[in-house]
Amino acid sequence: MARISVKVNGKQQSHEVEPRQLLVHYLRDVLGLTGTHVGCDTSQCGSCTVMLDGRTVKSCTVLTVQADGSDVLTIEGLASGGKLHPIQESFWEEHGLQCGFCTPGVILSALGLLRDDPHPDEQAIRAGIEGNLCRCTGYHNIVKAVQSAAKKLAAAPADNAPARAQGR
Amino acid sequence: MATATVERLVGKAIRRREDPRFITGRGTYTDDVKLPGTHHAVFVRSPLAHARIVNVDARRATALSGVRAVFTGKDLADGGVNPIPVGWLLPGLKTTDFRAIAVDRVRHAGEAVAVVVAETAAIARDAAELIQVDYAELPVVVDAVAALRKGAPQVHDGAPDNRCFHWEIGDKARAEAALRGAAKVVRTRLVNQRLIANAIEPRASLATYSPATDELTLWVTSQNPHVHRLIMGAFVLGLPEQSFRVISPDVGGGFGSKIFVYPEEVAVAWLAKQLGVPVKWTAQRSESFLTDAQGRDHVSDVEMAFDASGKVAGLKVSTVANLGAYLTLFAPAVPTYLYGTLLNGLYDFPAIHCEVDGVFTHTVPVDAYRGAGRPEACYLLERTMDIAARELGTDPAELRRKNLIPKERFPFQTQVALTYDSGNYAPALARALEMVGYQRFRSEQTEARKKGRYLGIGLSCYIEACGIAPSQVVGSLGAQAGLYESATVRVHPTGKVTVLTGSHSHGQGHETTFSQLVADVLGIPMTDVDIVHGDTGRIPFGMGTYGSRSGAVGGTAIHMSLQKIIAKGAALAAHLLEASPDDVEFKAGRFSVKGSPDRGKTFAEVTLAAYLAHSMPAGMEPGLEMTSFFDPSNFTFPFGTHIAVVEVDVETGRTTLLRYVAVDDVGNVINPMIVDGQLHGGIAQGVAQALLEEMVYDADGNPLTSTLV
Repeated sequence: MARISVKVNGKQQSHEVEPRQLLVHYLRDVLGLTGTHVGCDTSQCGSCTVMLDGRTVKSCTVLTVQADGSDVLTIEGLASGGKLHPIQESFWEEHGLQCGFCTPGVILSALGLLRDDPHPDEQAIRAGIEGNLCRCTGYHNIVKAVQSAAKKLAAAPADNAPARAQGR
Repeated sequence: MATATVERLVGKAIRRREDPRFITGRGTYTDDVKLPGTHHAVFVRSPLAHARIVNVDARRATALSGVRAVFTGKDLADGGVNPIPVGWLLPGLKTTDFRAIAVDRVRHAGEAVAVVVAETAAIARDAAELIQVDYAELPVVVDAVAALRKGAPQVHDGAPDNRCFHWEIGDKARAEAALRGAAKVVRTRLVNQRLIANAIEPRASLATYSPATDELTLWVTSQNPHVHRLIMGAFVLGLPEQSFRVISPDVGGGFGSKIFVYPEEVAVAWLAKQLGVPVKWTAQRSESFLTDAQGRDHVSDVEMAFDASGKVAGLKVSTVANLGAYLTLFAPAVPTYLYGTLLNGLYDFPAIHCEVDGVFTHTVPVDAYRGAGRPEACYLLERTMDIAARELGTDPAELRRKNLIPKERFPFQTQVALTYDSGNYAPALARALEMVGYQRFRSEQTEARKKGRYLGIGLSCYIEACGIAPSQVVGSLGAQAGLYESATVRVHPTGKVTVLTGSHSHGQGHETTFSQLVADVLGIPMTDVDIVHGDTGRIPFGMGTYGSRSGAVGGTAIHMSLQKIIAKGAALAAHLLEASPDDVEFKAGRFSVKGSPDRGKTFAEVTLAAYLAHSMPAGMEPGLEMTSFFDPSNFTFPFGTHIAVVEVDVETGRTTLLRYVAVDDVGNVINPMIVDGQLHGGIAQGVAQALLEEMVYDADGNPLTSTLV
């Protein structure tokens, strides 16, 4: 077992974990953050996407011990003070989800994409989320949601900072 | 008091009520349900497609710390676990001994031969690796046409030539006569390749048994929890329904693949009771490829006859349908009643005959997948129409147009049992052609060809039989269940409403669409309405969601209950207002006396009166709750035309979709945003079948398509 310390959604955590444990299982099984999903075992579906030190990673491809000392943002930490993040709002408004299973990962990927490229065209959006599979929407409304979020973020750029759960 | 105008909600693109939980990570899917003391099941799976199980040695696994138990197929059979039955019978159908865990013989790669239960999934996985299974390899057949040949390896001893059934529909003599008398017969062999549903949420189940109440609770990724309870309880495990609760919480997509009762769910439910601890299994994606029921896999010989004027004169189809190694719940219905009955399409065929051989092979079972039989029929007709247009030297759009059933002919009795209630097909085709700029495209195409660019256009005029239902009809055709839907509308004392529906939402947005319907009919805000689905402990017996039935069948059941609520409310309001019940009308959430709108009571006032019961009409019971079961008299028949414009790189074969136009007549729309979303998803899966996807096995039955790459 190995002792790790990691900040998740702004809250400091410390646990003994198996060295082989994947970050996604730490989030889901130890911290109870079940918004991060597991949709495959080959790192292709992207349902487990989270932010690790400000970069999107597939948390099924990161060992918990590799996240030691890091800062992790999951879907549960994205809304701030009961206010949805503009990307979340846009997915809602544009019907960018159906069953919702891939959605947390897609939203986190969109967050990463829009940080790197605040004004992506359609092709850049499709390329930016190609690591996330969705079987329900055909991606059409996901692209629209990301476009809409980009507009909102351009109007209020402060929102693109990762939200942190405050004062817990 | 003036009647408030309430904005109509049905028909509006209202944002979904379920989304806030999904976009904040607060959905509850089966694997998200955590119970203290949960043990984890991992299945040992056969690497061979056909083999006799000689020995299972689990000694090293059971010795591993944290392992609770290992069970084989024989243990389950001895423990009272029966085979999983098939829910649709055809004359002469050969059923299969479909076990939760194989007892002495495996018939497809990935079939379970043992299950390990351990304190963690990781330990269970380690232990599964330690189990030594000795197999005696047997010959394999994966191709359905080959499986029918004399001397082919046999999948089931009781099914000679691997034939599960031979089924026919239509008039053979008339179809043959039509072919003989035709000016032109177009002949082709079409392959509709095998697909896999691949809902992004892998299947999962979690069971817990309470000795105190003798109640078994199963959380499972199901499109139809009551069907699961009935089949698993009554037939497989012998559990009384009243003490077996099946909860299908948020489900991450189904596309048909989560209709069926699967081996792992049966095993998990049995294990929880056997071991007295909660037991969970969550599929890894690689297991989804090995165990989720797959789709399509037809090989069809088609003969389509035309008269001298290019009108269709007859159709003769012979299909070999690969069913895989076992019959899952509705497998026999898919390549028969959901396929052959759609071969009339939108065209005015004077004669049709179709025969289907359902064939066992050493592959994963095949059952309903997105459209289930109906897309296979549509593809067959539309591909043949294109070939015919080429052979007849006719424009493919014109050939279709001239053969559409004219609108004066409805209701239209097809040659293959169905009666289309209504339709007007030509405008949909015309509109799609106009939207895509068909005539202009043809000249662009000619120009592009001169420059070495290969542009193509493909069109499909489709019809679908939706709202799969009439119980008497499906019963006469072999269904071992009715196909109605249920709904209870429970009005609480303050006028808030809970709807308990037998339909199940796994992405379709019922919490929104059904709320729109209820709010509209009762004239109350959507926020006063809760939709409950997916829990046999709460909802009335209902059949669940597949076959595009929830709006048409489940929604109508809700509507029926609402009408009963209003009728009772009106009678009570009349009593309270001292008016004749015939003089009371209900509008915009208010009961009032016709002609004197000031004399009235709001819906909430009447509801409260129903629960106070201080003053009721003679014979009226207190309370306000109604249940309905809707069993329609026919399917619904949505139709339309889709057109794809593509460019093909003739060097590499790479095909790029340039434009896609869809015109769909789906009837009354409750929420256009949701309907559009469903169409986007359907189009994506259709394009995927056309260009990208196939589940491939090698000759030894090894799945070559085993990851999402």
